[in-house]
Amino acid sequence: MSATTEPLLAARDLVKAHGRTDALRGASAELHAGEVLAVTGPSGSGKSTLLHCMAGILRPDGGSVHYEGLRLDTCTEDRLSALRRTDFGVVFQFGQLIPELTLTDNVALPLMLAGTSRREARARAGEWLGRFGVGDRADARPGELSGGQAQRGALARALVTGPRVVFADEPTGALDSLAGEQVMTELVSAARASGAAVLLVTHDARVAAYADREIRLADGRAAVTEGAV
Amino acid sequence: MSTRHILLGLLSSGPSHGYDLKRRHDERFPQARPLAYGQVYTTLQRLVRDALAEVEGTDSDGGPERTVYRATEDGERELARWAGETAPPAPFVANEIFAKVVVAILSGGDPAAYLLRQRDAHMARMRELTKVKTTPGADLATVLSADYALSHLDADLRWMTTTADRLSTLTAEVTAR
Repeated sequence: MSATTEPLLAARDLVKAHGRTDALRGASAELHAGEVLAVTGPSGSGKSTLLHCMAGILRPDGGSVHYEGLRLDTCTEDRLSALRRTDFGVVFQFGQLIPELTLTDNVALPLMLAGTSRREARARAGEWLGRFGVGDRADARPGELSGGQAQRGALARALVTGPRVVFADEPTGALDSLAGEQVMTELVSAARASGAAVLLVTHDARVAAYADREIRLADGRAAVTEGAV
Repeated sequence: MSTRHILLGLLSSGPSHGYDLKRRHDERFPQARPLAYGQVYTTLQRLVRDALAEVEGTDSDGGPERTVYRATEDGERELARWAGETAPPAPFVANEIFAKVVVAILSGGDPAAYLLRQRDAHMARMRELTKVKTTPGADLATVLSADYALSHLDADLRWMTTTADRLSTLTAEVTAR
């Protein structure tokens, strides 16, 4: 993690409008392998839009997103889908687990989509649920879980494929402060243990303090970047 | 912070000498400023003067001779009173950051740039404290001390954000007088 190495993921001069609203107006950000980067800023500053563009969920109107030599902003939808299955993990504010599936099946799903057998996928899902302390809730459906348990399930689902980048958009936004602290501790330690980089969007300075570095957005641009690179 | 009550509190679990009290204080309050030996001995002498503690004897334990103190009954009563008394919620916290903002306005400086630098310094400290408390094996006393500091730094940050958003109004108000 040094300024001289090539970033794993780089957004340059991103422009993105939602209808008539300019969400991004020339935002740039670089994520290096293995680092935890916080993107902060007031609501409406464009931080979630930046995350969505960098994760290949949204296509920017202008600018570029490079992931290991691949242009995410122009590559095909098939290529993006494949990348999201193998290299990227995503955690949102509300876990967005599939309500009809058990926790184990929710976590196993990304592996099965990538071609792993159901038996193998469920076994690995079980290991990750155990690691996040919700192994005893493996057969519960999302509606039966507390917010903290569901978010741990979402972390397991994001990390089960061994991604190189985890995108976390306000991952503690729906949790009380103690559960939020626990989820952040678990997210960062799991990412560090597996070598994954984390792009963390938050409006909360206490959550941002889990990162190695911070980019602050204001009015759709990166205003300041600080911390050790 | 009342060092005298904290030392008295440590003494209430059994007689002890100054060196040991300092060591136990620093262990018990890991994120607090370590006590200076001089302060420990001065405080112990005052506790004896006020009859809240007394000298029990000396203890050499193979090393230099040390005076051993114990809490008196008056000391125990005073301790119970202090520990149960609410701390006054400070009506106005001494606020160096606000003072600097006002002085920057008065002297034609750049308070917005100062607030950004101060924010960076606060965030850097918050990252350090977060590392301290998430280090595997950190005990709960360390976690809670770090959390206390983090909550206060976070409150400062929120205040700085609001102040930065209202600088033009503040500048008009300060310069009009």
